[in-house]
Amino acid sequence: MDLNTKAVKKNAYRITKTRGKTALRIRVPGGHLDVRYFDIIKEIADKYGDGSVHITTRQGFEVPNIDFKYMDEINEMIKPILEGLELNIGVDIKDPLKGYPAAGTRNVSACIGNKVCQYANVNTTDLAKKIEKEIFPNDYHVKIAITGCPNDCIKAHMQDFGIIATTEPQYDESRCISCEACVKVCKKKVTGALKFENYSVIRDEEKCIGCGECVLKCPTGAMTRSEEKYYRLVIMGRTGKRNPRLAMPFIKWVDEDSIVKIIKNTYDYVGRYIDRSLPKEHIGYIVDRTGFNVFKEEVLEGVELGPKAQVADYIDFGGYMYNRETYFKGYK
Amino acid sequence: MGVKMGFENFNKVLDSLKENYKIYGPKNIESKGRFSDTDVVGYGEIDNFDEIVFDKKSYFSPKEIIHPIRQTLFYFTDGEVKESKVDDKKVIVFLRPCDINGIKRLDSIFLQNGPHEDVYYKRLREKVKFFMIECTEGFDSCYCVSMEANKTDNYSLAIRVNDNDVYLDIQDNEIESYFNENGDEIDFKPDYIKENKIEVNIPDPESLTNEVFENPIWKEYSQRCIGCGRCNTSCITCSCFSMQDVFYDKNKKVGERRRVWAGCHVDGFTDMAGGHTFREKYGDRMRFKTMHKINDFYKRFGFHMCVGCGRCTDVCPQYISFSKCINKLNQIVEGDKNE
Repeated sequence: MDLNTKAVKKNAYRITKTRGKTALRIRVPGGHLDVRYFDIIKEIADKYGDGSVHITTRQGFEVPNIDFKYMDEINEMIKPILEGLELNIGVDIKDPLKGYPAAGTRNVSACIGNKVCQYANVNTTDLAKKIEKEIFPNDYHVKIAITGCPNDCIKAHMQDFGIIATTEPQYDESRCISCEACVKVCKKKVTGALKFENYSVIRDEEKCIGCGECVLKCPTGAMTRSEEKYYRLVIMGRTGKRNPRLAMPFIKWVDEDSIVKIIKNTYDYVGRYIDRSLPKEHIGYIVDRTGFNVFKEEVLEGVELGPKAQVADYIDFGGYMYNRETYFKGYK
Repeated sequence: MGVKMGFENFNKVLDSLKENYKIYGPKNIESKGRFSDTDVVGYGEIDNFDEIVFDKKSYFSPKEIIHPIRQTLFYFTDGEVKESKVDDKKVIVFLRPCDINGIKRLDSIFLQNGPHEDVYYKRLREKVKFFMIECTEGFDSCYCVSMEANKTDNYSLAIRVNDNDVYLDIQDNEIESYFNENGDEIDFKPDYIKENKIEVNIPDPESLTNEVFENPIWKEYSQRCIGCGRCNTSCITCSCFSMQDVFYDKNKKVGERRRVWAGCHVDGFTDMAGGHTFREKYGDRMRFKTMHKINDFYKRFGFHMCVGCGRCTDVCPQYISFSKCINKLNQIVEGDKNE
């Protein structure tokens, strides 16, 4: 069998452990889709695969055990998926009969968001689609996820760009019954950003993370959400074999449009600094090499942050190094 | 007097009323719902008839217009006291029959409960005229018919909203004078809802003895209720309040005294000096509220406090239905009788 593995992988098919067999990966931006696409996935799995499908960690589908020779046929079959989940949201795919044009930039995943969840501060799927439109197709290896609130159910802290939706609590003193439900919940579950003085609530802007717990608890609507949506953008979290680490806050109280611009700028930045001797290089390692300040300056180029935005001066990424584990010994 | 008129003409009448009245109605307050990107229907001043929400029940009741959430009673400075003022303008409130009956309950509490009238309530209450929204369908959680709160003739104006016009029944000469021959005279009296989806059977107040206090029914609510107080704050008839002295200076000589809504489900309610709390368990709070709404208020005033608007059921995050609670209680009492 003669196969251009690079072209196969770019087409969102995997080179698997079983020679001659591949697996198709389907993107689901924002992790939400109409069930009619299940019919197509089922048909591919039944007809070309082994009748099973894997739900990927990034909220896509992977249909395993497919012969490489069926790739063209399958690509034609998934046209409605490409149309519905990509073209319809504005993603530019030249020939939707040829399958996915890239696989480097991973599916933009999202928690269930305010379609369903009480905690969520935004419709995370909508934002995921907005970002997908701007960054896909692309070969650079970038992981993005959106979570509706700082509970971070999607694990935004494990992404290159973790987008955490927040709100700025608005306090209407005239509606407050001094029950302190907001103060108590903030102290118990969050950062203790609220205190009670003279029967009214005082919010410490430095401590408040914008989760919206106080809004949920208020029985009179004295605490409500801001009209503006704000986000906490955390960056360069990763797993991997060298230095796993949590993403760290880059900008607090940043708006949606600025985030989209920053991510777009990041692709240009990657283009300038990526180590092309490697088959692929994760963006976090590029930032490690250039330093945070170069990254920051270049991705903020042309971005007009709002008056509330707070940008990190310095980030201590931390995490741990696999090659510095010197404190291990046998245990009896 | 019955009048029929188009929306535009009715808005013109409201415009002229606005010169002397502040007009309140249930309106959609955008993106101020508890959850993100949700609205809430609450009471607020309206500019225009179109702003009034007729097809939904308001989340909050109109009680905050006459019994404000926070109300400054007086200001004090080193031995002197100055009473707070209220807006000179009179008030019109668009509301349903259940809420008019609810305000009748508030009147009982603030004006007829003991030898003294509550002046701070009275001075706002006197300003208010009711524009009754005809309500013949109700909503899923309503049980106003069972509470005999579905009807009232206590209104200055009643309104039926049709597709293109409104029918009005005007019972108030002063209000009538604003109409200036606008509209066509018709024969119109509002209809009232005759049957709700929910029927509530209220236990005979005499049969609710202290033994009911020990019934396991309340234990269930101890586990389910979280003491958030939304039932209290959304209720048209919950009228409990607390007092706060707020000092503007460190010497505690200048400041204000205000009253603030309190709720029997909320921590701190009727706490005593030394920290003694009467009803620590949420089920006990549920019992206390239930007894007030359908038992001891009745014994004092001859009608039930609860008007069956169902808001407490609508807003409860734990899906506790108050109508269900009353019916369960009735079953217990009836069951006892049969034994």
